[in-house]
Amino acid sequence: MRVALFITCVNDTLFPGTGKATVTLLRRLGVDVAFPRAQTCCGQMHVNTGYREEGVRLARHFADVFGGYDAVVVPSGSCGAMVREQYPKLAPAATGAVVPKVYELSEFLIDVLGVTDVGAYFPHRVTYHPTCHSLRGLHLGDRPLRLLRNVRGLDLVPLPGAEECCGFGGTFAVKNPDISAAMCADKVGNVMTTGAEVLCAADNSCLMHIGGTLTRQKTGVKIMHLAEILAATEVTEP
Amino acid sequence: MTRTFLGMPASALQRSFPSNAAKAVRDSQLRFNLRKATHTIRDKRASVVGELPDWEELRQAGKAIKDHTLRNLDRYLVQLEEAVTAAGGHVHWARDADEANRIVAGLVKATGETEVVKVKSMATQEIGLNEALAAEGVTAYETDLAELIVQLGDDWPSHILVPAIHRNRAEIREIFQERMGEWGRPAPEGLTDEPRALAEAARLHLRERFLSTKVAISGANFMIAETGTLVVLESEGNGRMCLTLPRTLISVVGIEKLLPSWRDLEVFLQLLPRSSTGERMNPYTSTWTGAAEGQEFHLVLLDNGRTHVLADEVGRQALRCIRCSACLNVCPVYERAGGHAYGSVYPGPIGAILTPQLRGLDSELDRSLPYASSLCGACYEVCPVAIDIPQVLVDLRAKARHPRAERLGMAAAGWIFNRPERLARAQRAGGRLRRFVPKRLPGPMSAWTDTRDIPDIPRESFRGWWDRTGGGDR
Repeated sequence: MRVALFITCVNDTLFPGTGKATVTLLRRLGVDVAFPRAQTCCGQMHVNTGYREEGVRLARHFADVFGGYDAVVVPSGSCGAMVREQYPKLAPAATGAVVPKVYELSEFLIDVLGVTDVGAYFPHRVTYHPTCHSLRGLHLGDRPLRLLRNVRGLDLVPLPGAEECCGFGGTFAVKNPDISAAMCADKVGNVMTTGAEVLCAADNSCLMHIGGTLTRQKTGVKIMHLAEILAATEVTEP
Repeated sequence: MTRTFLGMPASALQRSFPSNAAKAVRDSQLRFNLRKATHTIRDKRASVVGELPDWEELRQAGKAIKDHTLRNLDRYLVQLEEAVTAAGGHVHWARDADEANRIVAGLVKATGETEVVKVKSMATQEIGLNEALAAEGVTAYETDLAELIVQLGDDWPSHILVPAIHRNRAEIREIFQERMGEWGRPAPEGLTDEPRALAEAARLHLRERFLSTKVAISGANFMIAETGTLVVLESEGNGRMCLTLPRTLISVVGIEKLLPSWRDLEVFLQLLPRSSTGERMNPYTSTWTGAAEGQEFHLVLLDNGRTHVLADEVGRQALRCIRCSACLNVCPVYERAGGHAYGSVYPGPIGAILTPQLRGLDSELDRSLPYASSLCGACYEVCPVAIDIPQVLVDLRAKARHPRAERLGMAAAGWIFNRPERLARAQRAGGRLRRFVPKRLPGPMSAWTDTRDIPDIPRESFRGWWDRTGGGDR
């Protein structure tokens, strides 16, 4: 099986640690993952802000880059949902073949590799925010939670109001800053009630928004992508 | 297209949604009222919807029936007109708000009456009927409890199902005490803010009105083409009073409210109460076909921009809406911005797609409405007729005019994303300049750093690391 990593532009540029963790994790599970150098961005920012033509161009580019692989792994629920939900409407002919081969990380681990225990060790108190596009776009269900429950040492605490949006929403965060901040304040309040050391999600863009508020408020709570926790072992614990 | 009037004063259109919302979000009383009310209805809805194992099938059936009806609207409307006429009713066609208001005012004046009672109706609110009638010397009395609160308080509705959702009971007591006397029977002495006492005050006030008024105006939740029957679902019984007591009944109904047959109604009698009030069944369902004996009945069929929406392949799904408000009650943006920020009688997610389609994207406010959503998808999930609100929002965003600075930024990002080597170069530049990024960003991006830190920019991008190490092999 030829497996490619779609890193996403946000992870590539701002969160390279998530990409490295994804590679480490997949190799540990025996998957030889390729990184096609021509990849750039899925086009979500353009499409969701109202620049559809640019999005169509990027969708076609995605299909060109990843068309030759059997599976494409994306460590982002949001970019995964963009491909799966919006590509069929934006460029159905060009992307029809590649779309069914795209898997968000937890889907790839559980549905394709059939693994729920990835052999990780992470002795910390963690709460998980399911992010809207993971939850209502990709319908990941409890896949990420099943993976986290099998991490040794990890104390998983439920997040109150977990299914509510954190208020990121891409350019929504700057176009409607007051509402976005009010939504985030409630999310942060809920995170604080859990007493977690780490807030985990399958989307760094939402985490960037919540994390930016967590540090601004000097809460001491760290953000970590799901891949980073799953990649951690006794030897490599970050 | 000409600007379609949607029941809000022109002043409401001058400010964008974000600036309206910024004001609302700082009103802690409003935030508290809205949060409490929306979460209560939201939870009730979730529990009664959860009882039905075939909810998703019902939802898909509702969607299919509405789509079929909209595709054959021309045929079903004529069938309805024939059936209503055969049952002794009179059918009028109104292209827009002005025409509908003129027709209704003419019908009321022909009776010689100067007072009308009203059943809660979105269509008449949409066309600003009360104000139009007032200009003709006719006083319209709202009889729904929440509409009464809004009317007495000189206020605007802020929710489709619960128009006074922004008010708490202490505020309602004050409104009743100060204003009821001007409109009819005053509030009883020593009125408390107990719900029972407030309801009793409204009941006494309204009872006199029902018994003395000769003309009633309603909308309808559904119209059944095969028999010409109109249907109103309500909770308080005021609708039943208005529909049966007065000598003349005038119903103003949007053309999309049609259903082909009674069989189809069965699906919606399950979908609507559970989605709106969170009840298995609503207390009062009234149906009437044409004119009852000794009664005169007029049906005003309202377009007001609907055929324009029907012409849009993506946006037309908004016409499936049955005005249940489930999307409002679950929306995190509505919960914090409140209904008035949307500047239309249709607030919340459905308003964000319906208002700009009916009214166009010309004003600052209407252009900002498609962006009044984080695209979290909660609205689509609860919609009983499966309107993909996020899809329509994104489609409208593509049709809206964009600010110049944003266009330039998006073009620059597009230029970079079109070539991987450009992206790599931009990332290397970012890595070198990382120490010079200020904690507070200038211009529009200050909206981010006002409340949030920006993440540390890494020295090396992922692709930089992959190139240098061969994906960690070297």
